[in-house]
Amino acid sequence: MLTCKDFLHELSDYLDECADAELRTKIEAHIAECPNCWVIADTTKKTIQIYKGMDPYPIPRDVETRLMKALEKKMAAGKA
Amino acid sequence: MPVSSLADADETLLVAQSREGDTAAFGELVRRYEGKIFRLAQHVTQNREDAEDVLQETFMKAYEHLDQFQGNSKFYTWIVRIAVNQALMKLRRRKTDKSVSIDENIDTGEDTMVREIAAWDEDPEQRFSRDELGGILDTAVQSLEPPYRSVFVLRDIDELSTEETAEALGLSVPAVKSRLLRARLQLREKLTRYFKRKGDDAFAYM
Repeated sequence: MLTCKDFLHELSDYLDECADAELRTKIEAHIAECPNCWVIADTTKKTIQIYKGMDPYPIPRDVETRLMKALEKKMAAGKA
Repeated sequence: MPVSSLADADETLLVAQSREGDTAAFGELVRRYEGKIFRLAQHVTQNREDAEDVLQETFMKAYEHLDQFQGNSKFYTWIVRIAVNQALMKLRRRKTDKSVSIDENIDTGEDTMVREIAAWDEDPEQRFSRDELGGILDTAVQSLEPPYRSVFVLRDIDELSTEETAEALGLSVPAVKSRLLRARLQLREKLTRYFKRKGDDAFAYM
């Protein structure tokens, strides 16, 4: 039987689906019995999902212009 | 190669062409990753001016050292490593009184950082506009300590694998895993403030 502490220790592997079948079963048995750990698993999973869905903001145009100018200068000079 | 096909071109091919001096091919590699590198640089340096410098230096160095890219890792992992090094150098220069390193010994002890438990709504992000949500998520990431922040950004925002993150940051796989767990748990707590189901009280735990 997993303790809450054991569960927390294995949480990342569980959410990343890296836990082996035996550990997975133990974790699922634990969160079925322990409402607090169920909430932690659920909210941590949502945390990861929300961040994964974030595209980078488009790079500001002035920043891109300066980047491209610097690179063009570098490429025109050839590799050092 | 016709310009129209560059956007769909295979990365290995683009790298090979860039090595041969094809500036259009290198330009395409830059366009693919500039947004991600700029975001990463902003997360690590927390300073827009430094982030812009890091962005430029990363692609300049990448171009200069293309010969050293072995091709046994992804091009993106390789430039991330350059970007992380450049960003950390900026941080060190800025905080001369205090050395900052992602390799510094951090406490990865047994305290589990869980103080608040409250269930969230089913799709909690829908309560906020895209801009509001972006602000909440960015602020939460910025409040993490640098060693946790870098790992979280690479692993969960840029979606590198654990091994790629370890390679990019020069860390061991277990170090990446323990920092990632701490970062995720800390963010979960920070976001609970915004996303918890109305009427549910957070309470102390463990």
